[in-house]
This record gives sequence, C-alpha cells and structure tokens, in this order.
Amino acid sequence: MTAIIEYGVGNLFSLKCSLNAIGEESVVTGDADAILKADRVILPGVGAFSDACAKLRGSGLDRAVYAAADSGKPLLGICLGMQLLFERSFEYGEYSGLGLLKGEIVPMRGRIPAGIAIPQIGWNQLKKTKESRILSNTREGEYVYFVHSFFAEGCEPSLAATTEYGINMTAAVELENVCGCQFHPEKSGSAGLDILRAFCAMEGR
Amino acid sequence: MITKRIIPCLDVKNGRVVKGVNFEGLQDVNSPVQLARFYTDCGADELVFYDITASAEGRSLFTDVLRETASRVFIPLTVGGGITTLDDFARVLNCGADKVSVNSGAIKNPALIGEAAKRYGDQCVVLSVDIKRVNGEFRVFARGGRDDTGLEALGWIERCVGSGAGEVVVNSIDTDGVRGGFDLELLRAVCERVKVPVVASGGAGSERDFVTLFKEAPQVSAGLAASIFHFMEVKIPELKRTLSENGICVRL
Repeated sequence: MTAIIEYGVGNLFSLKCSLNAIGEESVVTGDADAILKADRVILPGVGAFSDACAKLRGSGLDRAVYAAADSGKPLLGICLGMQLLFERSFEYGEYSGLGLLKGEIVPMRGRIPAGIAIPQIGWNQLKKTKESRILSNTREGEYVYFVHSFFAEGCEPSLAATTEYGINMTAAVELENVCGCQFHPEKSGSAGLDILRAFCAMEGR
Repeated sequence: MITKRIIPCLDVKNGRVVKGVNFEGLQDVNSPVQLARFYTDCGADELVFYDITASAEGRSLFTDVLRETASRVFIPLTVGGGITTLDDFARVLNCGADKVSVNSGAIKNPALIGEAAKRYGDQCVVLSVDIKRVNGEFRVFARGGRDDTGLEALGWIERCVGSGAGEVVVNSIDTDGVRGGFDLELLRAVCERVKVPVVASGGAGSERDFVTLFKEAPQVSAGLAASIFHFMEVKIPELKRTLSENGICVRL
C-alpha cells in the first residue's frame, strides 16, 4: 500500500491511476496516520516551491514526511515533490526545503546556454550516475517526460541519474530509502511504469 | 538531448472522436480511449484532446472520456476547447488533463492566463493561437479562426508568455489544410520572441514536412497534426524513424 500525500498541490489522479495500472494499492491522503501506516510514501507536487512548501508545513504534513523518512520506509518525491526534499530553493527568492537530501534547487535561466527553451517540456534521456534501486528496471538512455524550469544542483551523493538539457542536470536521486524523480514517471509511458514498479518493490529498512 | 515531440490532436464532440478512421485492430474508431491507446502504442509523445462540443451534456461526456483515457494512458494529455474560466481549468485537470490550452478564452479575458498560471503553474497553461497574415502583419484570429481580433500576433504571444503561458501552440491559418508544410516564417518569428517551447501546427502533409520543420526551424519543440495521422497518411512510427535518420532527436 502506497500513500500519495495530498497537500493541495497538483493533480494526483494520473499518479493514482498509474499505480493502479501496475497493481499497487494506493490512497491519496492528507492524514498523517494513514501516511505512517502505508508501506511506502509518495510526495508529489507541481507549481511553485515556496507555495508548496508553505502548504506542506501549514498542514503539518512535513512532520509525516520526516517520520516516513526516519522510519526507513521508501519515500519518493516526484517533480516539485523531489525538489522539496533538498535543503533550499532559489525559485523566486530563497526558501528552505525539507533538508532530507543535500543539495539546492536553482533556475535553468543563466545556467543553460541561451536559445534553449525554458521550461524543459518533453521526453529526455536518463544517464545513470550510480546503481540505484529506483532505476533498477530502467535501461541506460531510457526516455522519460520532464516539465520543469528549476533543477537540483550539488546533490551528490544521492545523484542517481542526470539528463542533458544544455548541461547535465539532476534527473533522479536516491539515498537509502529516500528517492526522487525530476521527471514524471506517471506520464512517461511504460518506462515510467517500470520506475514506479521498482519503487513499489523497494523494501523498507 | 531533449527530443522533438510528435503530437496527434483529436477533435472530440459529445464524447466521440470526429473524423474517426479505420485503424487495424480498432473496433470503435470514434472512441477517444481506444484512439489514445493506439497513438500511445505508436509512439506519440503527447496527445491533445480538443473539445468541440457546445452543450453542457457534451461537456460532461467529454470529461467522462477524459477521465477514462487518463486512467489508462500514461503520457501527457493536453485539453483545449471552450476553456474560458478557472473553473474550466479545474474541471479538466481533475479528470486527468496535464495541460490546458487556452485560445479565444484568453482573448476575451486576458487575465485568465495569469490567474491560471498562478494557481496551477506555468507548465500547465498552454497558449494556443490561430494566426493569419493580414496587410503584411501576423494577426490573431478568434473563434476557430473566423474572427480577426485586430491583435498583432507576436506581441500577443509575448504578452501571454509574460503572464505565465508555459508553452505556445502556433496554428497558421495560412498553411492549415493546404498540406504544403508548416509555416516556417511565422514559427521562426515566434521562436525569436519567446523562450518557452513552441509547438507547430497547421500545414503538415507528409513526413518530409516534419523533417523540414525541425531542420529549418530548429527552435521549434514539437509538431502537431490531426487528419494526416487519423487518415494514416503519415504513420507515427515511420515518421519518427525518418526524423531519426535525418539526424533529428526523437524518442524511439
């Protein structure tokens, strides 16, 4: 059973359906107890970092995320949900994140060559940088779907895969039970479902 | 490297695809769900559902099929047609749309894009523009290309992107339906003005037109078409192979 954390950010319909498609039971919930009872937890999110972080803290669910991470159960952040796992973000200001992973969120603007569209919207390839459980079913060079204008920087040792968009940028991270995807596995066709399968096969500590 | 996207567009009326055709193995050629699955299996990178229904009943049939499609097809879905309020955004996003395309709705209410981007994020808001040359300038047309709004198109696009549109679909009325290729002059002009991804629409008649598009207007992110895919005049797997053989990066 996977808990998908509902904290008022983004649309969780597709994510729930994609878990359903791989035979994983899931619940979309903003209830801390339900999150702690689940075998694994997904922190989704789209939109602005500061807004999402404020909603997560305002609802008290940041504590449920910490508790899930501490308990050793697999935790997956997707897109903005992944970005929230890091120490801080420089998206329209400077904001502190959950600090579960080392690294910070920075804008593409000024860091990628001029003439490349921002946001990155579309299918791009994964380049693995280390062995990871989250990408254990995924071939080198697999295409997944990205939509973002900011990315995680300085996130070794959790860095698991990069993608090339003018520069090499963080695509997937994993450190013990905490993992994240900048791309949307629930929108990446069968390649994305493979990644969700790998997550659902991860054992907690 | 990011890949160039190939996007089929399905017109849906009262919950059924208009211009359905006989694909092998498809039992119901007008079923949005079946067509969406077919295109996904062919390697389409995204799908656009365009709701051309006018009635409230038609709208609810549309959201039913959208929900069913999104529960079975796991690639990005953009929804357009009749989006004029934030409630319209909520209605389709709650049924599994990832992006919402606004056209006449933004012309009627220019604040819509900013409000939607603030609530749902720039990545969710697609500006769709129908453009035609009038007296030597690019002009925005409304209501499916019927009404000249008098708006100069490049300025309009720049303004909407400034308000928060995260992607622009440029539909050239001058090349649409002619099948003589995309409107490269217009597309290049748009790409010079805005940094967000630009999707080319209108004019594709053959595989060669897509090769020309991505070679001659390399800033363009995606090519969108409807009838050439529906009538199998261009088959997506073959199109993608041709693009790849011509050195254009696509998802294979």
